[in-house]
Amino acid sequence: MSKQGNIALSVKNVSKLYGDGCAYCAAPDATLDKNICPECRTVHACRDVSFDLHNGEILGVVGESGSGKSTLMKMLYFDQEASHGTYHIDDFDSSESSVFGLSGQAKRKIRNEILGMVYQNPVYGLKMDFSSMSNIAEKLIAAGSRNVGEMTGTGDHFLDKVNIPLNRKFDPPANFSGGMQQRVQIAKALSNYPPVLLLDEVTTGLDLSVQADVLELIKEIQREMGISMVVVSHDLAIIRMLCDRTMVMLNGEVIEAGITDQILEDPQHAYTQQLVYSIL
Amino acid sequence: MKQNYAFLDENSKKEIRRKTLKAIAIPGYQVPFASRELPIARGWGTGGLQLTLSLVGQSDTVKVIDQGSDESVNAVNIRKLIQDTTDVKDTIHTDEATLIQSRHRIPEVPLRPYQILVLQVPLPEPLRPVEPSERITKMLHADREYSGAWLRLFEQIMKYGSITDDADYPVLVNGRYVMAPSPIPRFDNPKMENNDGLILLGAGREKKIYAVPPYTKVTSLAFDDYPFEVESFDDITCRESGLTGVYMDELVDEETGETYYVANDTSFMLEEMNKEGSVR
Repeated sequence: MSKQGNIALSVKNVSKLYGDGCAYCAAPDATLDKNICPECRTVHACRDVSFDLHNGEILGVVGESGSGKSTLMKMLYFDQEASHGTYHIDDFDSSESSVFGLSGQAKRKIRNEILGMVYQNPVYGLKMDFSSMSNIAEKLIAAGSRNVGEMTGTGDHFLDKVNIPLNRKFDPPANFSGGMQQRVQIAKALSNYPPVLLLDEVTTGLDLSVQADVLELIKEIQREMGISMVVVSHDLAIIRMLCDRTMVMLNGEVIEAGITDQILEDPQHAYTQQLVYSIL
Repeated sequence: MKQNYAFLDENSKKEIRRKTLKAIAIPGYQVPFASRELPIARGWGTGGLQLTLSLVGQSDTVKVIDQGSDESVNAVNIRKLIQDTTDVKDTIHTDEATLIQSRHRIPEVPLRPYQILVLQVPLPEPLRPVEPSERITKMLHADREYSGAWLRLFEQIMKYGSITDDADYPVLVNGRYVMAPSPIPRFDNPKMENNDGLILLGAGREKKIYAVPPYTKVTSLAFDDYPFEVESFDDITCRESGLTGVYMDELVDEETGETYYVANDTSFMLEEMNKEGSVR
């Protein structure tokens, strides 16, 4: 249950810079060349991104390649350090004003116990040479479990839930198809019932029928477990199918945000209009 | 030609002793050191030898063992190098030695106070099988994130039904660092717990020194439902000495083709056989 109302995650003015920055690009109204500072050539991969994720909500993040979606997800999962901004997680008690300021150990605790992550490329999320069961156990071990029987029971439950045949639970993901690898990643991410799940382009590279299976699975899990999710995609059809609210990113900035239907039916920003009308 | 006492120059020995002191101060922590060239090849015990050479004093009595034997080529050559460069006394009796260099065994005779056991280590990093990057394993140690070591044991249970690490079985030292105890058999792991002597571990090729000081808590990793167990030699008797309850080598009689067992620690076996009223 949420401790401070209905907000699971809160992100304020988060930026990620590749470079040192300068006085020019530090100004909030500075005009950049796409997301590159014309003065110091610093890349602003994310610029002043702010949003709240409500409990039980699915928030979509949409935008073209290089718009900063995946960088944002990596910062939320502590794979990358943010250059500026604050990040608050409702389920984690901390005296720090932002969880970005926590120790590596505390960040690992959040990753292991509060967040689940499904990467675009399963290689980042899975140990390809370990069995699927061990991949799921990795998350449980990291969260403190030391009982093999309990871990295999949980593994069986979630592998079955994502439709991985249990007679293949000892096979390594390297022997699986792309869709099965994604489903093992989802099972791993869910295995310790995290309150927040981060999904980064989970259906990219999968064929349409497998995409539909994975999306249906995500919807079902959200219905059953009430998990809050951030879903990154460049595919508006997926955003329409899954998300309650949507943020549109361009050149590292959030240019439009709102209820998904509103964004897709009545886009306000020129880029969003172009995106919606070119696809739908 | 003038030769340094104990082969190494005084500054090298001083540096190794300083690193050794740090290792003793932080039980189980791998202290990097500038591993020196020696007249034996890396991988043949240079880490252990550097520790021995930097610690040996004129009043010391040295014993060198290689997989339980004082007479193997490796043990004889290392002992000869130490003697040629120091003139210290040598012995095969564990109890007489003040400094014992060993490969792959902790002697059957319990260590006594002020005795030093130096173990030769090929792979000091217990997380290496799951994490190839040294930078990341150092961060994992700093964060006390040892799920990789546990995961490797879990995977063995999934694949083979039990933990199959018969040597170099990971241990938790002083409740803080997970440590690779060098390829000593599982049988020897409990000997490290709260023992009277000082155990030093040196990895020449990997350039690391670490230590288990006297009276330190050393726990072998184990799951709640898969407890740590040593190899059982309960029903086995040494063919040469009649000893039981010690670590045995399994051999095959070339004439009869029968399997038989001989106590691995040869000096202990000889001492027992020479005792009055011995079985043989």
